[in-house]
Amino acid sequence: MVPFAGWDMPVEYSGITAEHLAVRTRGGLFDVSHMGEIEIAGKDALRAVQRISSNDASRLAIGQAHYAGLLTPEGTFIDDMLVYRIATSHFMLVVNASNAARDFVWVSEQLKEVGDVACVDSSSRYALIALQGPVAREVLQPLTGVDLGGIRYYWFAHGEVAGARVIISRTGYTGENGYEIFVPPAMAERVWHGILEAGAAAGVIPCGLGARDTLRLEAAMRLYGNDIDETTSPLEADLGWVIGWDKPDFIGREHLLAQREAGVTRKLVGFEMRDRAIARHGYPVLVDGAVAGVVTSGTQTPFLKKAIGMAYVPVTHSAPGSVLTIDVRGRQAGAVVVPLPFYSRSKR
Amino acid sequence: MAYPTDLQYTKDHEWIRVTGDTADIGITDFAQRQLGDVVYLDLPDVGRTITAGETFGSIESVKAVSDLFAPVSGEVIEVNESLKAHPEWVNTSPHDSWMIRIRVSGATTTDALLDATQYEGLIG
Repeated sequence: MVPFAGWDMPVEYSGITAEHLAVRTRGGLFDVSHMGEIEIAGKDALRAVQRISSNDASRLAIGQAHYAGLLTPEGTFIDDMLVYRIATSHFMLVVNASNAARDFVWVSEQLKEVGDVACVDSSSRYALIALQGPVAREVLQPLTGVDLGGIRYYWFAHGEVAGARVIISRTGYTGENGYEIFVPPAMAERVWHGILEAGAAAGVIPCGLGARDTLRLEAAMRLYGNDIDETTSPLEADLGWVIGWDKPDFIGREHLLAQREAGVTRKLVGFEMRDRAIARHGYPVLVDGAVAGVVTSGTQTPFLKKAIGMAYVPVTHSAPGSVLTIDVRGRQAGAVVVPLPFYSRSKR
Repeated sequence: MAYPTDLQYTKDHEWIRVTGDTADIGITDFAQRQLGDVVYLDLPDVGRTITAGETFGSIESVKAVSDLFAPVSGEVIEVNESLKAHPEWVNTSPHDSWMIRIRVSGATTTDALLDATQYEGLIG
């Protein structure tokens, strides 16, 4: 167990490699109750979400979710989040545990200028259990009356799982099909054990933070604090698709427009090591012998069995095939830029 | 796991097996448990001199990188190339997974080296 944003979190149960492979080939169960939830409701809720979120929430139907940035006026990340449209004028933001408190303060401040809307930090009202992997649907279906086949990717439904009132969301942080289940904390243990028992025969095992990190990296999902933070913009992080350019205004828009106009000077890319070495968070990227970028995430991945990572590099070196040199604790190691994601289940 | 009594141990969780004037060096079961799945070994070349207490290489698991410290001084006479190709053996049989073989140049009975009982006391 390790302390993580005020929570005691398991890094691994049976081993990162075993857990990672279980999710890619069978199924894994994650306790991600540390994630924060902020609910926004009221007549002007849509207007409020449109102001604070980088993405265009008017495009969300009731029961649909999308990925977005919570941005500073400078267009950099305060946090990244999923925005759920629960009702016409009721949204839920799912944010990172480490940022939840300051996110809530920030959102509350911004809402004061919007009108008839209120927000509440409902993090303590939800435990969050994620079942991820190819067997997720067949394992979960017998435990719920909700037709899981009817929930499309990035949609969600209200219902029951193992007798608990829940929200079942077809989302995840692994690159695999699966569900994230919002559960009242008092029912969390029952749902957790219910899914593990139901999934035991199919090979579902509990998974910790370690496998969550290697899985999300293979899927090239950004990790706040590693790949994105208050110094980086969605354009630099190659997340331009989270920007709702068509909506009239949102916090950070002016700076992003200017950045789009001028072009970014650095960009987040994926790389594979060519030399035998593992590049990790914070290692310098060298161009012509000088530091020109930085590795934001990196590991040896259990499924692809390669040393991979992401790094900010000058745009001149961001095209796939570009050769990079990474300072691996004093040793220069070669790497090459590759397209993201490293792993996608559609490419299997 | 009972720690083999024919090995000596360091506070940094390396082990050393002394045979005449040569010695094999690896990491302990406790160390591999802390590291988790080992995926990479960076070991010195044959011929290099290592110094007691100083770094001679590094070991990486999926989650972290750790330095390897020399239990005694000497010259590297052999590197376990098959272990470099199968770093996961460090997890499955840590006390048989020697990393380097050295010709010892210093003392092999120092206060810094613990016997199995002392080492088990250290790791609790």
